[in-house]
Amino acid sequence: MNPARSPQTLDDTITGGIGESPLRPDGVLKVRGEFAYSSDLWHEDMLWGATLRSPHPHALITGIDTSAALAVPGVHAVLTHEDVPGENVYGLKYQDTPALAADRVRYQGEPVAILAADHPEIARQALKEIEVGYEVLEPITDPERAAHDHTLPHLHPDGNLVRYQRIVRGDPDAEAEVVVSGVYEIGMQDQAFLGPESGLAVPAEDGGVDLYLATQWLHVDQRQTAKALGLPLEKVRLTLSGVGGAFGGREDLSMQIHSCLLALRTGKPVKMVYNREESFFGHVHRHPAKMYYEHGATKDGDLVYVRARLYFDGGAYASKTPVVVGNGTTLSVGPYDVPNARIEGWGVYSNNPTCGAMRGLGAVQPTYAYESQMDKLAAALGMDPAELRIRNAMSEGSANVTGQVIDFPAPVAELVQRVRDMPLPPEHRTSPVDIRNLPGGTSNTTHGEGVVRGIGYGVTIKNISYAEGLDDYSTARVRLEVLGGEAVAMVHTAAAEVGQGLVTVQQQIARTELGVPRVTVHPADTSVGDAGSSSASRQTYVTGGAVRNACRAVAERVFARAAGRLGRSPEGMALSGGKIVASDGEVLAALADILGEDAIEETREYHHRPTHPLDPETGQGDAHVQYGFSAHRAVVDVDTELGLVKVVQLDCAQDVGKAMNPDAVVAQIQGGSAQGLGLAVMEEIQVRDGKVRNPSFTDYLIPTVLDMPPMRIDVLERADPHAPYGVRGVGEPPTISATPAIANAIRAATGLELPRVPIRPEHLTGT
Amino acid sequence: MRVNVTVNGEDRQADHVWEGESLLYLLRERLGLPGSKNACEQGECGSCTVYLDGVPACACLVAAGQAEGREVRTVEGLADGEALDPVQESFVECGAVQCGFCTPGLLVAAHDLIERTSEPGDAEIREALAGNLCRCTGYEKILDAVRLAAARKAEVAK
Repeated sequence: MNPARSPQTLDDTITGGIGESPLRPDGVLKVRGEFAYSSDLWHEDMLWGATLRSPHPHALITGIDTSAALAVPGVHAVLTHEDVPGENVYGLKYQDTPALAADRVRYQGEPVAILAADHPEIARQALKEIEVGYEVLEPITDPERAAHDHTLPHLHPDGNLVRYQRIVRGDPDAEAEVVVSGVYEIGMQDQAFLGPESGLAVPAEDGGVDLYLATQWLHVDQRQTAKALGLPLEKVRLTLSGVGGAFGGREDLSMQIHSCLLALRTGKPVKMVYNREESFFGHVHRHPAKMYYEHGATKDGDLVYVRARLYFDGGAYASKTPVVVGNGTTLSVGPYDVPNARIEGWGVYSNNPTCGAMRGLGAVQPTYAYESQMDKLAAALGMDPAELRIRNAMSEGSANVTGQVIDFPAPVAELVQRVRDMPLPPEHRTSPVDIRNLPGGTSNTTHGEGVVRGIGYGVTIKNISYAEGLDDYSTARVRLEVLGGEAVAMVHTAAAEVGQGLVTVQQQIARTELGVPRVTVHPADTSVGDAGSSSASRQTYVTGGAVRNACRAVAERVFARAAGRLGRSPEGMALSGGKIVASDGEVLAALADILGEDAIEETREYHHRPTHPLDPETGQGDAHVQYGFSAHRAVVDVDTELGLVKVVQLDCAQDVGKAMNPDAVVAQIQGGSAQGLGLAVMEEIQVRDGKVRNPSFTDYLIPTVLDMPPMRIDVLERADPHAPYGVRGVGEPPTISATPAIANAIRAATGLELPRVPIRPEHLTGT
Repeated sequence: MRVNVTVNGEDRQADHVWEGESLLYLLRERLGLPGSKNACEQGECGSCTVYLDGVPACACLVAAGQAEGREVRTVEGLADGEALDPVQESFVECGAVQCGFCTPGLLVAAHDLIERTSEPGDAEIREALAGNLCRCTGYEKILDAVRLAAARKAEVAK
């Protein structure tokens, strides 16, 4: 039985192939308010699930009594760890996270019990009736100490270290004429996707469950959920509902296991929807970091060495911490040629909120640090900051810090040149002052007095797709058939559309490869093979590759069938405009005639080039398959009296290999840049003694339309010869390079050190 | 309690409404209109913006009972049947929709601005949309969409 408001098949008639900018097939549904997001799902007779969470960052559980809650009228079930039929543990890299806490809690907000009731308010009230006994323990909150102090209590059996990685390149003790060093900190950023965690679990007649939800990776959720439920995979079926943004925050499980447990226990459909406060506790965040950096250069400005020690706070459970350490160390010197390096990275457990994936995974932190260092070095050398970056920029053929030779275009210097050469906004003093454009805006805090302007650059390198030896692949099923006399293609994958526009690109590829105007996208579900995650800027690359492969397999069969019918070789046949054409352009047959009643369907995978693990001692290895590069230039005005910042302009140049949908590429750069701006000047989950102080949109600030300045965007297309269509992942780099560009601009304006982001008014006024 | 409300021109009634329920809950869960979104439920994000007696309001901050006898217009009521409102058309055409969760609220806010102001300048548009958070777009394409919708509306008026 399908729930009402179930996911829609996207079959809007929209044209446009690769390299064009067709509109989203789900756009009209979304503007009409008819697109079914996971929180919109509804089922007759459904119950509402709710979660009881730990108020303590660290405590032993001495007992749980659910009887009073179960006695509340309208409550149908109250479950604890004892009701988890399978393994009460899950995790993306390490299996260390309980579905429901058993003997202890390791972070504030950890799920302890769940219940289902007739009305969400009854559910919320009944949670208060669950009695949990806690023996409160001292929380571990300092990641640097967690890495080195072995006397601290162990949060997990193997201690408090999740991963340590060292990278040694050239002479790690090299010396240089000019040396700069700094210690940099980055706060805990939140993905703050607008659509809260939600989904609907429907018990099935075969004893299994169907789960409709918003996620980034259906199959990894399916595997983890089935294990906790003690069910075989085929009895836990997942279908993607409308996803209200993700940005990494939906990679870990939230309500998946809980809603299914409640549905199976009550025999009724159970919907769970987090509110905003619960969302802040219900998903992992970006790792805060502390980073010690030292750069050495010749007095002419050539980098001689980088030495860095990076600490990443993973919080209570591992989540993606191992990957953050891998990305963070391998990308730690940035897009620069450096002959000598000694890098160390630690990812640790603590009693702070769990940290995991967020856009720019593992690269955001070091980029802020090394780009701060680049400005510091430029100042020490008396050089122009852009010139120093251009001078040291890596390029095709460079070997990076892990010894990997870059065998694809790497136009780093050109990206910096392009943003440097863009026109600057007019000086505010030379034009009439509109206070709406000044720091503080209509608050009337300044009319220009005390306002100083600065310009800053940020450049980054980000690995695309999964790394360090993982077989990262996607699967696509493509069906070509005649409907209403017209050949129509249907694309079915398990890849999650989270807002980025993958559904559009899938259609564009199928239209281009099969030469048919009409392509529909089947809702993503687990009845087709794994597509991997909508993260790491990988879906257009990997699922795009799978759709291409499946289309080409379908085309091969069309050509073979046509060859048989027409009595000629399939050599040189192509599909165009619904026709089969020969290499000289001659129309051989209508595609619909060749297909007739017999649809052709093929399923294919795409695996990217193999990558390799890092050597544990030296950190050398070809860990990454591809890199994306972007550069930002920020112009800021700072009110030095009140510590207010207005980003006046934010320009970006990025290489995308091939712009599959140029308008969508620009939109990704704009959106990513906004998140980078947020981290630079406002976004932080503030944690004290392991407790979150601002779990709301009142207190956790994300940029509004008044905070985002105009942007000039320059998109380069230097095809990667190893990638389908030459594409290079797009989504993450702009988030990463925006932050240091803004921080550097604020430094340039004020002359302050500013070793921490987000930069707050008190950092600027010294109060 | 029973609540009577006119929604998108239609008289609607809901029974057994709990006093603490919001207009947003009433619309989404009792009247089958999930277009208005539940992103923060404290009036900070604007995703649930609806017209209440012709004035934009965050439906999450209005008690269901407060809507008694009043007129509500939601995102579902912007289009004229199959024909999209110009502001809806412009959002689609300009790529102002990505995940789309903020879109319903932004559309109502933008629709209101264009109703009130024939040719809004950039600063006015920004001010009018400042109560609506978007996490995907960086707002540039939303600004493009509002400019386009305003221009089209002005063109029709001439």
